[in-house]
Amino acid sequence: MPDFISQWLNQNDIFTVMTLLEYWNGLVTTVQLVFLSLLIGLVIALPLAILRTVRNPFVSGPIWVYTYLFRGTPLLIQLYIIYYGIAQIPGIQETFWWNIFREPFYPALLAFTLNTAAYTTEIIRGAIIATPMGEIEAAKAYGMSWMLRMRRIILPNAARRAVQAYSNEVIFMLHASAIASVVTMVDLTGAARNIYARTYAPFDAFIFVALIYLMLTFILVFVFRKLENHLLRHQRPMNS
Amino acid sequence: MLDLKGYGPELLSGAIVTMELAFLSLAVSLILGLVGASAKLSDNRPLRAIATTYTTCIRGVPDIVMMMLFYYGGQLAVNSLSDVLWEAYEIDFFFQFDPFISGVVTIGLIFGAYMTETFRGAFLAVDTGQIEAARAYGFSRWHTFRRIIFPQMLRHALPGIGNNWQVLLKTTALVSIIGLTDMVRVAEEAAKAERMPFHFFIPVAFVYLSLTAVSELFIKWLDIRANVGVVQRS
Repeated sequence: MPDFISQWLNQNDIFTVMTLLEYWNGLVTTVQLVFLSLLIGLVIALPLAILRTVRNPFVSGPIWVYTYLFRGTPLLIQLYIIYYGIAQIPGIQETFWWNIFREPFYPALLAFTLNTAAYTTEIIRGAIIATPMGEIEAAKAYGMSWMLRMRRIILPNAARRAVQAYSNEVIFMLHASAIASVVTMVDLTGAARNIYARTYAPFDAFIFVALIYLMLTFILVFVFRKLENHLLRHQRPMNS
Repeated sequence: MLDLKGYGPELLSGAIVTMELAFLSLAVSLILGLVGASAKLSDNRPLRAIATTYTTCIRGVPDIVMMMLFYYGGQLAVNSLSDVLWEAYEIDFFFQFDPFISGVVTIGLIFGAYMTETFRGAFLAVDTGQIEAARAYGFSRWHTFRRIIFPQMLRHALPGIGNNWQVLLKTTALVSIIGLTDMVRVAEEAAKAERMPFHFFIPVAFVYLSLTAVSELFIKWLDIRANVGVVQRS
């Protein structure tokens, strides 16, 4: 067996410095894309989730339609509609927007952001409506305004309830970002596809990239476990 | 009305391919889920380790990467296997790996991992007193499983199965990337040829939307049926 391994390393035409660099660039693109879409998605989702709990159907209705549409259709279709669709908007090719959206990065970012914002809105909304009535009544009895109640009571507790589901959403987003390679982006999967196309070695190209994704997933799981422990430390038993 | 520029029949057959793919993968994933959950709950340590490795690895890797690995690598593996079989035993064995089979295998494997977790939780939710009572009545192990554990487990598993199905349905769109002529593939080709992306993708999106909406209603109905014998305490 060691003979086999050293032989493999000596005659390795696939994992050269060039391909490793290609994977590295892909990793950077994937991390950028996922991080930015999650960040912007969260910023959009928070106000939407609060408005979604409003009783007025003219406020919560449109947000429901938005989340329903984006959660009920495949992300791939959303990506195609945005990527191919933007070029077809009349007159866009003359404006400065065209310089931005001609690159595949921004249509992909837009699609991922809108998708994750829809899921995150529902996660946060679920956490908000699970607030025990007593907490809100107590806050009202202390004379807190709506704003103060939201900021001091409802949102912090909702964050604790939402963190578990949100960590799943983050991992889902990391995995979903792999489809960016179909709109000619060279992310991790795109790098693996290019290397496969050159070397015709599917196992090497794709198992390597699968291991990178696995490692990224483990890092995310670890970080979120730490965060969860931090947020829920008041619930820990005394003697642990 | 909606003018599909002659792509209508192709889109329809693509939609049927999507449905076939979804149902076959669901069947594979349900079987794998039951096997996986039984392995995870068994007393056999290696079996538990295998099941845990399976669910962890599958859930840590993007579905499209798995799909490409199976599609591009599957044929190579089959080819070398058939070489070995021919040289060693003179068995003529060949098997063409097409996108549909790769799709069913990959989606089945991926959702098998999710179903494993769903079924594991559902098995654990069955009251041990029930199982002990069945054993005390002289039910065999198989009989206990079939008559007592399985029907009660199903009730707890249904919401999870429903969620997994909704995600599975949307995952089938990815098989168009490795070349299956499903609804998404047809729409993509039509959109490129006619330069009308909205015109073709939005109807396809609505087909997915209606599929998820119908599934939602069906799962709700199943849930009510499965919980018929349960007294609601509220």
